[in-house]
Amino acid sequence: MEIDPFIFRLSIFILSIFVGYYVVWSVTPSLHTPLMSVTNAISSVIIVGAIIASLAGTNLSVFNQSSIFGFLAIVLAAINIFGGFLVTQRMLAMYKKKKKDKK
Amino acid sequence: MISANLLAIFYLISGILFILALRGLSSPETSRQGNLFGIIGMAIAITVTFLSIDNFSSGFLYVLLFLLIGGSIGAFIAFKIPMTAMPELVAGFHSLVGLAAVFVAISAFISPEVFNLGSAGNIKLASLIEMSIGAAVGAITFSGSIIAFLKLRGLMSGSPITFPGQHILNLLILISIIILTYFLCLNQSPSFFWSLIAISFLVGFLLIIPIGGADMPVVISMLNSYSGWAAAGIGFTLENTALIITGALVGSSGAILSYIMCKGMNRSFFNVILGGFGGTDQTSSKTSKEQKPVKSGNADDAAFLMKNASSVIIVPGYGMAVAQAQHALREMVDSLKKNGVKVSYAIHPVAGRMPGHMNVLLAEANVPYDEVFELEEINNDFANCDVAYVIGANDVTNPVAKTDPQSPIYGMPVLDVEKSKSVLFVKRSLSPGYAGIDNDLFYRDNTLMLFADAKKMTEDIIKNL
Repeated sequence: MEIDPFIFRLSIFILSIFVGYYVVWSVTPSLHTPLMSVTNAISSVIIVGAIIASLAGTNLSVFNQSSIFGFLAIVLAAINIFGGFLVTQRMLAMYKKKKKDKK
Repeated sequence: MISANLLAIFYLISGILFILALRGLSSPETSRQGNLFGIIGMAIAITVTFLSIDNFSSGFLYVLLFLLIGGSIGAFIAFKIPMTAMPELVAGFHSLVGLAAVFVAISAFISPEVFNLGSAGNIKLASLIEMSIGAAVGAITFSGSIIAFLKLRGLMSGSPITFPGQHILNLLILISIIILTYFLCLNQSPSFFWSLIAISFLVGFLLIIPIGGADMPVVISMLNSYSGWAAAGIGFTLENTALIITGALVGSSGAILSYIMCKGMNRSFFNVILGGFGGTDQTSSKTSKEQKPVKSGNADDAAFLMKNASSVIIVPGYGMAVAQAQHALREMVDSLKKNGVKVSYAIHPVAGRMPGHMNVLLAEANVPYDEVFELEEINNDFANCDVAYVIGANDVTNPVAKTDPQSPIYGMPVLDVEKSKSVLFVKRSLSPGYAGIDNDLFYRDNTLMLFADAKKMTEDIIKNL
């Protein structure tokens, strides 16, 4: 009897949900907005699927029915990756600690 | 060309880096490093995907080109966007993740051989189910986020849109999605696949239109969660660990945020999702109320009160974001501090239109984050505070939530603003807040109403300090 590889992926998935659960509870509420923008950016790792999809064409025709959807997905995911990480960076740079008051 | 095993290990590494990126957000000091981990993780995932491709056709150049186009658009948006527009930006980004998931699923359905999923018309059953889930959830995320975006941007009315039979319609559509998926698996006909996607777009739309503006924190978090599940669905289809891990992380992150937001409003998740809360019908019944005395004051009174206080707590809300008053507010606090007044900020979990909205705006105005406190941390301090300055918040300060079991917001955690010696309440008029409930605070003896625009009033106070 062999275990279906699907079960391994399911295990990774379920364990990751638990990891996510504990990690996200430890996020301080004041950083909830950056949390949303960074999760946005990382979920765009879907771009790896888009890259594979976009290379469905051949040397003769780069664009076919299926690769066009791949290219479109690349643009969308790239907007998200760059936009998401950069806007998070911009927000996080604003969080500053109190300066020691000089009196 | 790197081996499939090595590829999988690299994807695992990016997954771990993404976990560290979220872990970094546990404190502002580690957060910047965390974001860097996230960027490295993404770079690894993209690079190894390139390396895994064995035939470098001319298509590769187009991949780079489109990556660059998307990247420049994203970077441009990230630098240009004002901080007050964060909620709609995040909603917009969610819609893109959703749509990207739909596109990848479509591509996998048309050319399954590219992804080793079988051949067109003869796709492996498990893969077909996974890609249907990915596509359906992606489509719901897309159209739902578009509606959320329009509502937040003010391009669409923020008031809930309801019609009779709405819930039954949604239920029927949901059932039809399941039936469509079943038939799709049975004969793999493309027409079922396309109808599945079309109907899912409709669901996203119908799901969000009945939800009102102030419930947006829940909606955004929920769509955040959906975008994660869509990514995970695609991850299963493509057998990609990085996507599965990330999808699970994002999915649970959004779910937790929705939970926190619902708790902040003392409402169940379903109550929010079924929508219709805060409609105009509730306000009309309140008009018969007898006129109660209200004390109102001007900037001079407010400045006098605060200057002579020893401690002041600021309670910001969505109105502060609308009026862009955060910078003026910080200037006011600076001059108060020069007078030796101790100032802190109290933030309710659902203040604003997205989780953490107020914190970002205050950070933008250079307010140090260690002066900003959450509800539980600061609520006891109101009793010892001289002045509470409520700027743009309303329902989250309403003492009725603690006293009147008849009130729709009864049981909702509120800031105990009324316990401070005096309350300065900046508001344009006496109109009730989003929930359509009269705020008891307006009529308290220790409340001084300041009828003006939040920014203008704050600036006037600075002049009088």
